[in-house]
Amino acid sequence: MTKSGERKITVALAGNPNVGKSTLFNRLTGLRQHTGNWPGKTVGVARGQTIRPGAVYTFVDLPGTYSLEGASEDERIAGEYLRSGEADCTVVVCDGSCLERSLILALQVLECCDRVVVCVNLVDEARRHGLVPDGEKLSARLGVPVVLTAAGQGEGVEALLSQIAETAAREVCPDRLVWQDPIAQAEQIARECVSGDKTQKAAFRRKVDKLLVSRRFGVPFLFLILFGIIWLTVWGANYPGILLENLFDMGYVGLSTLLKPLPWWLRGVLADGLYATSARVISVMLPPMAIFFPLFTILEDIGYLPRMAFLLDPCMARCGGCGKQALTMCMGLGCNAVGVTGCRIIDSPRERISAILTNAMIPCNGRFPTLILLGGLFFSGTGAALVVASCVALGVTGAMVSSGALNRTVFRRESSTFVMEMPPFRHPRLGQILVRSLLDRTLFVAGRALAVAAPAGVVLWVLSNTTLLQRVTGFLEPVGLALGMNGVILAAFILSLPANELLIPVILMALTRQGNIQAVAGVTQQVLQTAMTWQMGLCTMIFTVFHWPCSTTLLTIYRETGSIKKTAAAFILPTAVGCVLCVMLNLLF
Amino acid sequence: METGLDCLRLGQLATVLEINTDKSLKYRLQAFGFVPGTQVCCRYRTPGGSVTALEFRGTVVALRTRDMQKIRVRCL
Repeated sequence: MTKSGERKITVALAGNPNVGKSTLFNRLTGLRQHTGNWPGKTVGVARGQTIRPGAVYTFVDLPGTYSLEGASEDERIAGEYLRSGEADCTVVVCDGSCLERSLILALQVLECCDRVVVCVNLVDEARRHGLVPDGEKLSARLGVPVVLTAAGQGEGVEALLSQIAETAAREVCPDRLVWQDPIAQAEQIARECVSGDKTQKAAFRRKVDKLLVSRRFGVPFLFLILFGIIWLTVWGANYPGILLENLFDMGYVGLSTLLKPLPWWLRGVLADGLYATSARVISVMLPPMAIFFPLFTILEDIGYLPRMAFLLDPCMARCGGCGKQALTMCMGLGCNAVGVTGCRIIDSPRERISAILTNAMIPCNGRFPTLILLGGLFFSGTGAALVVASCVALGVTGAMVSSGALNRTVFRRESSTFVMEMPPFRHPRLGQILVRSLLDRTLFVAGRALAVAAPAGVVLWVLSNTTLLQRVTGFLEPVGLALGMNGVILAAFILSLPANELLIPVILMALTRQGNIQAVAGVTQQVLQTAMTWQMGLCTMIFTVFHWPCSTTLLTIYRETGSIKKTAAAFILPTAVGCVLCVMLNLLF
Repeated sequence: METGLDCLRLGQLATVLEINTDKSLKYRLQAFGFVPGTQVCCRYRTPGGSVTALEFRGTVVALRTRDMQKIRVRCL
């Protein structure tokens, strides 16, 4: 009891992956945790609160697991939390369209927790497939309250809340039930409590899967999808990019007049440093992200990603990895830090490390704009899209070859396995996808980049208006030339360690020396075209793909591995690959 | 007829008899409810045939065909 007389209730949400746990959590708490249709989406523990008259609920969203006793990180986290008894009530979320499997975990939770509510979620999906779970019968069989919900529609959520409050207040029964042979029990209970034709659901999924993972069309279709997404991003980002740039130019003119009365250096710091850098970063990175993230979210939502892992496992197995690594690589296309965190779904610890170390070789959304800009600068039309796509392909090849090398040498090859659930297809909720991916992901990443770009702009302006930047670029010139670039570009790579989006703005600022160039449309292209040859452009693109990960990713790698050595390896490995490739290319020209 | 799970044709039903894979894989399969007595059916294979998607208990789980050799089944 708190002072105000409101009860505080801590509720743990447990359940299999892919049963709509995160959707339910978001419904309950109003938070917008990102959801996706593949096992392992929720990594770590999320907390959220909701207030109802008389009670404050704190929800703890545990990672989805199939069991509580396993060796994986997620299972350990979930099991330990539940056994700690911190939660006043545990909600086991089950899949109404596949109750049998969900109940195996539910029975395990019933054995180790005192106050449990079973939530049969996705009843809408179950109904669509002609299945009717019987809540009352299930409640009688399990001896705990059962609530039927469809979290996507918000159905049954209030009933769940009141049931939680009731259960949390209940006296604890001294002896818990022990379920002999939970798997057989689950099978039996599910048979008794679900009526309807089970074959209907299976028939639908088989029809879709026959197409998407078919032996003949599966792989070509996969590459078509990936290339399509990249092409749409490259092609579609062009126009809004120019529009944004023009808009920011007008803003620049306005700002300059506004700042006229200020001393020259303050004007420079604010308009040329802070404003121009932020504006360039935004106009260069926002459009591709606003296209890429919604498209990728659709793939995630319908459940295509696990199919992708399935199709690519044979290929990854040849590099000593598994299909799940292909999945983390795709996440890396969005953001490498997310890709690194996603590596938790990889079961073998060694494979996981090699996946983490090589993830930064997949060009992320922060580097896409650079590739697109440079590709467009030196190659025309379709050629540009092809060059950008080859850069991505090169990154993927690099990541696979080097993780293969790691798995064969440093990490002595252990027998690897691949076990992955392929969840049922779900209809993408288009409206929600658009809002979620635009507001949550795009603005979040853009905000993070902006938070770095604004102060970096100030520092850059100071650097370029003293002789400091010139001295640094002069110092780096021989190294840069050896790599087929020059001192300015290499310095820009170093200075954009905080965020890859900074690369082009830094190059521009350094090229124009005094930093007083206006962010006029077309000037970006002009300046770069006069300062760079196409060979230089190509080397820069390759180095963009292969160089050290950004600081956010490095921090994430440190957090995930807990080792400075491995973080350093993650820094050195892609850089070394990039250096070798660039030197070779330079010698070729 | 008794055989290894890897020898099953696509779409053929079978009952699991024994799982002789290494412990960690056996355990992970058990968490899915894949134990002796479970009815299983091979659904899809990758082009090279090295990965197979199995359907059991209303779930589809992908597994390497190599690991499936160590799972004995009786065809139905």
